[in-house]
Amino acid sequence: MASHPPVPDESSSANPSSSLPAPGWQGIASDWSSDREAFKQVPWGKAMMWIFLLSDTFIFTCFLIGYMSVRMTITTPWPNPSEVFALTIGGKDIPLILIAIMTFVLISSSGTMAMAVNFAYRRDRAKTTALMLATAALGATFVGMQAFEWSKLIAEGVRPWGNPMGAAQFGASFFMITGFHGLHVSLGVVYLSIVALKVLRGDYERSGNYQIVEIAGLYWHFVDLVWVFIFAFFYLW
Amino acid sequence: MAYAEHAETDVLHEPKSFLTKYIWSQDHKVIAVQYSLTAIFVGIIAVVLSGLMRMQIGFPGSLEFMDASAYYQAMTMHGMIMVIYLLTALFLGGFGNYLIPLMVGARDMVFPYVNMLSYWFYLLAVLVLLSSFFVPGGPTGGGWTLYPPQVISQGTPGTEWGIVLMLVSLAIFIVATTMGGLNYVTTVLQARTHGMTLFRMPLSVWGIFMASIMALLAFPALLVSAVMMLFDKLLGTSFFMPAMISLGQQLDHQGGSPILFQHLFWFFGHPEVYIVALPAFGLVSDLISTHARKNIFGYRMMVWAIIAIGVLSFVVWAHHMYVSGMNPYFGFFFAVTTLIIAVPTALKVYNWVLTLWQGDIHLTVPMLFALGFIVTFLVGGLTGLFLGNVIVDIPLSDTYFVVAHFHMVMGVAPVLVVFGGIYHWFPKVTGRMTNETLGKLHFWITFLGTYAIFFPMHYLGFQGMPRRYYAFENYEFIPQSAQDLNAFITVVALTVAVSQLLFLFNLAWSVFKGKPAGSNPWGAASLEWQTPNTPPIHGNWGTELPVVHRWAYDYSVPGIEQDFVAQTVSAEELEHMRQLNAGTRIADVKT
Repeated sequence: MASHPPVPDESSSANPSSSLPAPGWQGIASDWSSDREAFKQVPWGKAMMWIFLLSDTFIFTCFLIGYMSVRMTITTPWPNPSEVFALTIGGKDIPLILIAIMTFVLISSSGTMAMAVNFAYRRDRAKTTALMLATAALGATFVGMQAFEWSKLIAEGVRPWGNPMGAAQFGASFFMITGFHGLHVSLGVVYLSIVALKVLRGDYERSGNYQIVEIAGLYWHFVDLVWVFIFAFFYLW
Repeated sequence: MAYAEHAETDVLHEPKSFLTKYIWSQDHKVIAVQYSLTAIFVGIIAVVLSGLMRMQIGFPGSLEFMDASAYYQAMTMHGMIMVIYLLTALFLGGFGNYLIPLMVGARDMVFPYVNMLSYWFYLLAVLVLLSSFFVPGGPTGGGWTLYPPQVISQGTPGTEWGIVLMLVSLAIFIVATTMGGLNYVTTVLQARTHGMTLFRMPLSVWGIFMASIMALLAFPALLVSAVMMLFDKLLGTSFFMPAMISLGQQLDHQGGSPILFQHLFWFFGHPEVYIVALPAFGLVSDLISTHARKNIFGYRMMVWAIIAIGVLSFVVWAHHMYVSGMNPYFGFFFAVTTLIIAVPTALKVYNWVLTLWQGDIHLTVPMLFALGFIVTFLVGGLTGLFLGNVIVDIPLSDTYFVVAHFHMVMGVAPVLVVFGGIYHWFPKVTGRMTNETLGKLHFWITFLGTYAIFFPMHYLGFQGMPRRYYAFENYEFIPQSAQDLNAFITVVALTVAVSQLLFLFNLAWSVFKGKPAGSNPWGAASLEWQTPNTPPIHGNWGTELPVVHRWAYDYSVPGIEQDFVAQTVSAEELEHMRQLNAGTRIADVKT
């Protein structure tokens, strides 16, 4: 073929990245009917993380629906979560206190993560690293408290195959769902720590590409969001 | 954006040694070949297993080692390998990997390293699966749908090790598919070349793209059911296991729901049918358009049909469960959605036929397979309408009618596309043509053979012959003539199985001795045939990415000599070609 003209003709010549994108549905339609990228200005890694999170959402949804379906169909009574997850502090049973603290810790870590992303785009490496490590530390605290919760329940005789309080599926669902979520948090702690150290070392200075921090943040916010649903459907139901 | 700009200007890391070039390669083309060869290898194992099963059905007792357990193990492994490890892996990992970057004008997948990991996880999944042949108790024999409680209860073969390895292998496979699928989807969305809009992509890319999205959303259900069943098996939980007495003993399980497993499994399992079918739809559209020298009829309709099928396929799953004992009202809903999904599917078949209408049909080997697909898919699709209706399904459930239906629609039809696709793109992959005579022989034996195998099964199903039975003697309701038919089917099945050696030999021979193909032997308009090198080298496009000016289906454009216009031809160039042609014609008249 002969040499190509540098600019493609017809409809594809309208390059939205050079002009302001149209608002609303028109903008979406023009982005999706354009060439090269469907999501303008979105780096590959970020697009891929969003798609992965969508897939992961389906995993957690299946876990939760499976658990709810089992819980609704069994004939033996389900243990009362507010009693099972109560802690005795100062001689008084406080229902769900540990879970409340865990939830608070995890949601706070989303706050520190959001601040880290903000400072990353301002290229404040020290603050970004500190906030990311703080996020990871909060995450580690969450996993630590979860380990405490697990060992307390195990000490009380809760096993995946049975428990003294009621339906055997209680323990099975509990260990499976919180375990799968805890695994996500633990992996997130490792992931955040690695990215934090890379920020500190200045790995992203050369390309000026601090979107890596935001991508890690996406994962972390997702893990927090999933916890809200687990909290609602497992502990509050 | 920063990344996309970089990808264009950065020099790709060029592999140097043999190991990085062919084994630990991050090049999508090498990974595609690795995926394809591995898939074909396990496919051969599955074909051998089906041959063993057919020997038992056609000539009972002819193979001494084929006892009931071995039969069920062969059946389970045959089904699982064919559906997951052959078809899914070959369409997404093989064709998807090879075609997506070349067809959308990218240098590689967006994350080549993740892409490489995807293949190695797939290989690991295959190895774990195959290792179950060598463990105590052998592979699981619970049927490819792995229904509990039977699959983990005493008496089913493979309850010790087989089922655990199967579930672990599936989990690893899902990790591999997820890593691959993320790459395919992101590449299509974010890494297309200049001028390549979504509505200029060939239908192959659309089919694989939609199937990848579906894989990302459907496989989670299989992963979750695999995890839950592993817990039931290894930890003694009761997600799927009800209270039951097995071999005279009360089991420790209580309160689980086997139907929950069926819901989870089919929430994956039905989209899975279309994860296999949509890439086949896409590839066959390109094959038909290219070899009929005519633009695909109703391109936009075809794309929207792919999207509609993809969405609808998530709300039809319980039509596999009409006899499971679920609430009968569900049956009404799922029968309706099943019939609705037939509409976009039928639309695609009409469009293929209308593409052929008055086309300049070249009966090349890929075209023969494409035509074979249309016919086979039509037959399988029509029996699907029978089975989609609750009231017709109930008497036909678990008979050979079902076996005939899904082998036609999701076994033979996609496999015909696999063959057609391999014959079609082989010249691009290797730079050489396959042998046409051998290819045609292979087609006719396979095509006629599959009809001889699966057509009689419809009839056997109507007679009430149940599927999944190891032996059919001493059933009053099965006439003796059924046994004769079974023997006939077995003979044909073995012939077809052996004839696949023609295909393998053809490929192996053509890689070295085939006729040199040139860069575009079929005169195809889509982008992958316009690469500067054949086979395409690392990075695909040389120094500059191609610029796309039109869709992939400009065949037989009036007014120019060449009967196709490549996607890279601009409007001015086309005008120039027109004038040149007109000039020569005037010159012809004058002389």
